[in-house]
Amino acid sequence: MECQVALTGKGYVLVAADTVAARSIVKMKHDEDKIKVLGSHLLMSYSGEPGDTVQFAEYIERNLRLHQIRYLQPLRPSPAAAWIRRQLADSLRSRSPYSVNLLVGGYDIATSEPHLYWVDYLGTLAHVPYAAQGYGSYFVLSLLDRYHNPEATLEEGIETLKRCIAEMEKRLIVGLGKFKVKIVDKDGAREIEL
Amino acid sequence: MNTLVSRYASTSATLELQDKDGLEDENVSDTMWGSSAGFGNLGPGGLKFDIPAVHSPTDFLRLHTDDHADPSCRIKIKHGTTTLAFRFKGGVIVAVDSRATAGSYIASGTVKKVIEINKFLLGTMAGGAADCQYWETYLGIQCRLHELRNRERISVAAASKYLSNLVYSYKGMGLSMGTMICGWDKTGPALFYVDSDGTRLKGDVFSVGSGSTFAYGVLDQGYHWDMTDEEAQELGRRSIYAAGHRDAYSGNTLNLYHVKEDGWRFIGNYDISKLHYDGPGDVPGSTGKGYGYEERTAGLSSSDFQEVVA
Repeated sequence: MECQVALTGKGYVLVAADTVAARSIVKMKHDEDKIKVLGSHLLMSYSGEPGDTVQFAEYIERNLRLHQIRYLQPLRPSPAAAWIRRQLADSLRSRSPYSVNLLVGGYDIATSEPHLYWVDYLGTLAHVPYAAQGYGSYFVLSLLDRYHNPEATLEEGIETLKRCIAEMEKRLIVGLGKFKVKIVDKDGAREIEL
Repeated sequence: MNTLVSRYASTSATLELQDKDGLEDENVSDTMWGSSAGFGNLGPGGLKFDIPAVHSPTDFLRLHTDDHADPSCRIKIKHGTTTLAFRFKGGVIVAVDSRATAGSYIASGTVKKVIEINKFLLGTMAGGAADCQYWETYLGIQCRLHELRNRERISVAAASKYLSNLVYSYKGMGLSMGTMICGWDKTGPALFYVDSDGTRLKGDVFSVGSGSTFAYGVLDQGYHWDMTDEEAQELGRRSIYAAGHRDAYSGNTLNLYHVKEDGWRFIGNYDISKLHYDGPGDVPGSTGKGYGYEERTAGLSSSDFQEVVA
């Protein structure tokens, strides 16, 4: 029942993910952070097989950090997403593939463009204006087809994101609880309260 | 010999950093390494564990264990448990039942499901008894080595991450454990949930096992951070009692531990049937009454019949 939603607007990417860690029918935790800050201007939300998710996210986090130490500059969103995709694609044909789905959001300082990538465990990469993963996507994608505006101000973007979360709250049988929201824009990546 | 000395003289992380000469551990802040949650230098240790020389270890294990389908299988793994632990102002309370079942048969009623890793660390046992016992004892060895190498006790966060990385390396090979690593370190009382999927969660309240839902029902309603020690111990007892009463795979007796600043203390072993009828006896926090519904509500009635006096 995990769900993540992300959308781009004028100069920013918003990424939201639920905060529940569930096992069978039990919610074990209500404040789990499923969005990693991978660099000054890069975010990644993750969901999937328990165990794999955190292991994979920390692997990506550390290797991107290593890149930054080696080359004294962070990877830009597009090559970062391509590299992350490659890790999943290589893992897919290994003995124990990572079953992890991702949304990668970043702000490219060089071109002043926000970027959002939809990535799944099979190694599919798509550059998109808005995206969702999990059961929530069945409600939210149509909503965003109708309401997403690529030139929306931050306030308008947050309103649209609130619509998405409200729709999932209304129609999805299991309540997902609170959503954690992070934003990345020219000032960097940070968490915001809805 | 020299390699042996140098190996145990410092951490593997410092060794690695020395190799890349010039870099010193102290100069590297947490933020430089990304999140502070990661302990990149904790590998699975030197131990190499044999796995069966078969195509798929999971299928092999399923073939020979009681996976519902085959009652005549050779190995019956012990399942069915209720364990709980919660963090509060006064430390960590750990409470577990003591029943081991193999299918519908009660294999034992006197199992120790709290594993005393060291003076400051406790682990709980749910899932495969052997898996929990073996790997938590092994964790105890690694924690002691950490102490000797670093002249400092291992944090609960690091110990639990060590265990989770270890079980993650065996993912898909049939390990079955759901455990809570509880203790007291520099940061105060600490509690982590670790299971054989490789999940590791930090939290205040956890319950694991087939009776966990029943335990949560009582535990969540009675829990708050500012409990007294007596209140907390009573809540632990009542929660495990609830699971022992409602869950067929949990019961017999209850073991209660309390972790404080100076390490853990065993509070007591309670017969769950006795708790039902008589309560825990003369212990701090007890109301002196039985926990059972009939005992609790004796003499009360929902009838609103009123005798009319003529």
